[in-house]
Amino acid sequence: MVQDKEGVLPPQNRRTASDGLWIKCEKCQELVYRREWERLLQVCPHCRYYSQLTAKERIAFLLDKASFKEHDKDLKPTDPLGFKDSKTYKKRLAQAQKKTGLFDATITGEGQLGGHKVAIGALDFGFMGGSMGTVVGEKITRIIEKATKRRLPLILVSSSGGARMQEGVFSLMQMVKTSSAIAWFKEKGGLYISILTHPTTGGVTASFASLGDIIIAEPKTLIGFAGPRVIEKTIKESLPEGFQRAEFLLKHGLIDMIVERHHLRKVLIQILDFFKSEKCPL
Amino acid sequence: MNKEFDFERPIVEIESKIEELSREETEESKAEIERLQQKAQRLRQKVFTKLSPWQRVQVARHQQRPGLRNYIDGIFEDFLELHGDRLFGDDPAIVTGLAKIDGLPVILIGNQKGKDTTSNLACNFGMPHPEGYRKARRVMELAQRFHKPIITLIDTPGAYPGIGAEERGQGEAIASNLAYLSRLFTPIIVVIIGEGGSGGALAIGVGDRILMLENAIYSVISPEGCAAILWNDESKAEEAAGRLKLTSKDLLRLNLIDEIIPEPVGGAHRDYDETFERLKEALLCHLRKLQQVKVELLVAKRYEKFRKMGRFLEESKE
Ligand SMILES: [Zn+2]
Repeated sequence: MVQDKEGVLPPQNRRTASDGLWIKCEKCQELVYRREWERLLQVCPHCRYYSQLTAKERIAFLLDKASFKEHDKDLKPTDPLGFKDSKTYKKRLAQAQKKTGLFDATITGEGQLGGHKVAIGALDFGFMGGSMGTVVGEKITRIIEKATKRRLPLILVSSSGGARMQEGVFSLMQMVKTSSAIAWFKEKGGLYISILTHPTTGGVTASFASLGDIIIAEPKTLIGFAGPRVIEKTIKESLPEGFQRAEFLLKHGLIDMIVERHHLRKVLIQILDFFKSEKCPL
Repeated sequence: MNKEFDFERPIVEIESKIEELSREETEESKAEIERLQQKAQRLRQKVFTKLSPWQRVQVARHQQRPGLRNYIDGIFEDFLELHGDRLFGDDPAIVTGLAKIDGLPVILIGNQKGKDTTSNLACNFGMPHPEGYRKARRVMELAQRFHKPIITLIDTPGAYPGIGAEERGQGEAIASNLAYLSRLFTPIIVVIIGEGGSGGALAIGVGDRILMLENAIYSVISPEGCAAILWNDESKAEEAAGRLKLTSKDLLRLNLIDEIIPEPVGGAHRDYDETFERLKEALLCHLRKLQQVKVELLVAKRYEKFRKMGRFLEESKE
């Protein structure tokens, strides 16, 4: 629900802000040679600021080269409530679709990671704050169900402001859909690795993102149920330094580890290697 | 005395006239009183069948609206409260316990809201912490192990947004309950009695039957919160309430709930006993039906029920 944009620019804005050979870091404003920046997986070499990856970039960097096969690509959102605030939901969808080239805020499919066949999904924060409406819920549920049937390990990468308000209670029910599918998947012996990236809040935190057998976060990722501004408003005091960041969650026992982006693939492969069994055939 | 709503003003005027007349005690005034009473009743009926979504939000939040404890006293027998999550503490915003309805043993889980400042402070305004959801999970497990049906009564503005709640994993507590309830091998009936506030309500809101009192609301976000984020203006809450489709009628039409329990004319707070009677009847009817279904089938059907919720387009199926 919380459209937290703290310290984050949607990827498209980032591109247009610095076309050419050099990228300007959003955080420290230092210039980075584009090829170097890409090699560093969009992490600033000067200040270690993590730029947000699009779902497409995320999947491309995690999986073995050219191994990804996308599923349910043609699922499109509708406007079930006829929602309108200052803009109509239809218009917001059209703008987000134009901006991102996606129909909605997630990409799901199958691929290989270190030679392991995996089911994977990633949310795209650039599409209406990665919010979970019906299409996100449905695609995530389908990939979980597919992983269950094909006995594949499951990797879901979250980056979301939460439920999509414009779809009302339909959005809320996607939390049940995805969580139920995860429960079934685990019962059938599936391994689920949840990766939390900046920011992961609201209904996504309160559903599939928090249900990983292993939960990994990128450094400094904002993770929480309620957004910091809502909490501040409720308790009427300012929040402690580092509150709701990945390091805070690690300290409080809510995640397994914090992994730097350039180590992520390696750690995932180590986990997949460890759990390799008849239930997760190569 | 009941607090009146703005939209009840014409009715209240008639009622004060009735009161005046009743002091006269003449034959004429008696006839006039009867006429006015009928008029007030008709008017109230008319007003309440046409309440706007925002007006329903007001009714759902009415201070005198029956709360969890009233339902426990009015519908159930032999209630024995169970406390604590065995991990951190006892959350007063969620009440759990053993109860009987018409002699039938059930596990009860509900949200506790207050009726004034003191009682509201005592239960944190009905906003649960993770330990509340974990206490609920503990009794869910108990229900499953001893084949007792679960009844949940929802009335919360939402999960508490605070430092401690986040430190102890509010998101995880809710998510785990969703997953747990979806695979719980015992019948579950969910009733939204007042406010169904987002994920904080949903955490005890996954079941085989979802019932809703006529003037209850159920929403992905409060109208105020929605207005603040999408309109950048909390005063647009009334408009947001309309857009969010949070009334029982809307949700039944969208197939997101199973049944509406009609409230007495003027709202549940006007007639507690009538409200309890209607809800009790519905609960017993559903309980009897659910207990005849094999529990494996029940769980499979529960999965399908939520699986189907949502609207999207798919090229191959268009
Ligand atoms: Zn930098």
